[in-house]
Amino acid sequence: MAEREQKKKTTTERADDVVEDVPATSATGEKLKAELDDLLDEIDEVLEDNAEEFVRNYVQKGGE
Amino acid sequence: MAIPKVCGIETEYGIQVLHGDPNPIAASSVLINAYAHDVARQQTGWDFEDEAPGNDARGFAREGSMPPQVETHLVNTVLTNGARYYVDHAHPEFSTPECRDALECVRYDRAGELILTRSMEAADLAVHDGSQLVVYKNNSDGKGNSYGAHENYLMDRAAPFTRIVAGVTPHFVTRQIFAGAGKVGAETAVHDGTHVDFQLSQRAEFFEEQVGLETTLKRPIVNTRDEPHADPHRYRRLHVIVGDANLAEVATFLKVGTTSLVLAMIEDDISGSRSLALADPVTAMHDVALDRTFTRPLPMEDGSTATALAVQWELFSLARKYADDRGLDCMGDEAVGEEVLKRWEAVLHGLETDPMSLSRQLDWVAKLQLIEAFRERHGLDWDDHRLAAVDLQYHDLRPSRSLFARMDTERLVTEESVVTAVTEPPRGTRAWFRGQCLKRWPAAVVTANWDSLVFDLGTDPLRRVPMMDPLKGTAEHVEELLQACASPSELLDRLSS
Repeated sequence: MAEREQKKKTTTERADDVVEDVPATSATGEKLKAELDDLLDEIDEVLEDNAEEFVRNYVQKGGE
Repeated sequence: MAIPKVCGIETEYGIQVLHGDPNPIAASSVLINAYAHDVARQQTGWDFEDEAPGNDARGFAREGSMPPQVETHLVNTVLTNGARYYVDHAHPEFSTPECRDALECVRYDRAGELILTRSMEAADLAVHDGSQLVVYKNNSDGKGNSYGAHENYLMDRAAPFTRIVAGVTPHFVTRQIFAGAGKVGAETAVHDGTHVDFQLSQRAEFFEEQVGLETTLKRPIVNTRDEPHADPHRYRRLHVIVGDANLAEVATFLKVGTTSLVLAMIEDDISGSRSLALADPVTAMHDVALDRTFTRPLPMEDGSTATALAVQWELFSLARKYADDRGLDCMGDEAVGEEVLKRWEAVLHGLETDPMSLSRQLDWVAKLQLIEAFRERHGLDWDDHRLAAVDLQYHDLRPSRSLFARMDTERLVTEESVVTAVTEPPRGTRAWFRGQCLKRWPAAVVTANWDSLVFDLGTDPLRRVPMMDPLKGTAEHVEELLQACASPSELLDRLSS
């Protein structure tokens, strides 16, 4: 257990180093949000029209 | 030393007929025949000679164990990449060829998706009644019916089955925190009384036993099917039914890679100072699926508690030390083994600090991000049909409809290598011999299965070539021989001399 704690600590330190090398997280966040918005626009277009019927009609037999 | 973890994935795809006869068996047959006839032009059938799915790894007699029926009249083909493509019950199923490492397994799993996609396109051209066949890579219909994505790992017969069960159960219960494909809502009685908005896993709630032979009812966390498709005195094939089908490549890579490592450690009898035995693995499995904070304490057999994340950190630490002490030969390719460890650590760290940062790596996170954003935009409650529709359509394999394909998830294998894997077998297992023989002499190979090929040379009797070792028949072993043979008869003469 002690070994695990030590390992986790090392991991965290290492990850912090990496994070420091990536500036402007808020800009990245905004870019991600814009991308997600574009994606949602696209989903609104391709999502099956009648969601209720689409979901209801999807019936499978158990397999395996 | 642990033996190489040859691995493969068998995926049962969901199938739906739009505007036509909804019979899934007929639809699956049309789909696979369209591919076999029109795309692959491949007609070699599957040979059931050595199938014994009722044999139990615990050594039980088969009486009363309900072996699944082998449906020999259904479409069943073998492809030149060494894969099996067939109708299983009411689903099209693609089994990858035997792969040498987790990365190769990702490539062939992706090749399977491409084969199913091409099958849909071929079926569209072959069917003229206005209907359309649609294939989903998921594991449940949201109404209590589940179908599997099974993994297979080569193991040393010398490892006692009881040790395998004890060692692998904690991993199978907790690996869903990165390997789960995510699901809106619940569909079985196990969460009665609890409001479930989202689960990490499609399959977790369908598991009712810790160990058992069945795969369709009373599903066990550890499946005991003892059907090695190889020399039974040396090998065991661990048939793993507990996982979800993944679309995210990193999730597939980690699912197969971490499990290979855990199994190698079991063969070498490695365990830590702390026991990871869970007091109630089945309930833990259901509970882990509901916990997106990874803080829920799971009761352990020794009276203590541990979170799913803590169990995974412990397994990771053991594996890291194991690799440092003994190397990673068991992982097929040492660099792949190192990549598994690197990504395993990174994902556990990500889950611990900011799970949503893993939306490019893990299916459940990608799906949840999508669902949350969609829910927020349209102001939807969790039980709105549109969320279930987004969930379902995440897994749609049609490029025009797939929501997964619209997400920018991280790729580990190139598109080009996936296209190659549609027709070319892996070089490092017996799948190479199977695939190459089918490619060179399709008319002479009458049937094939995992551990043999049957040739018709035009003279009686048919000649069976056994392939009882998954690590023989590789390009390294037989490429020169195959190139030197002008005909299958010459090959068989040289093999038997």
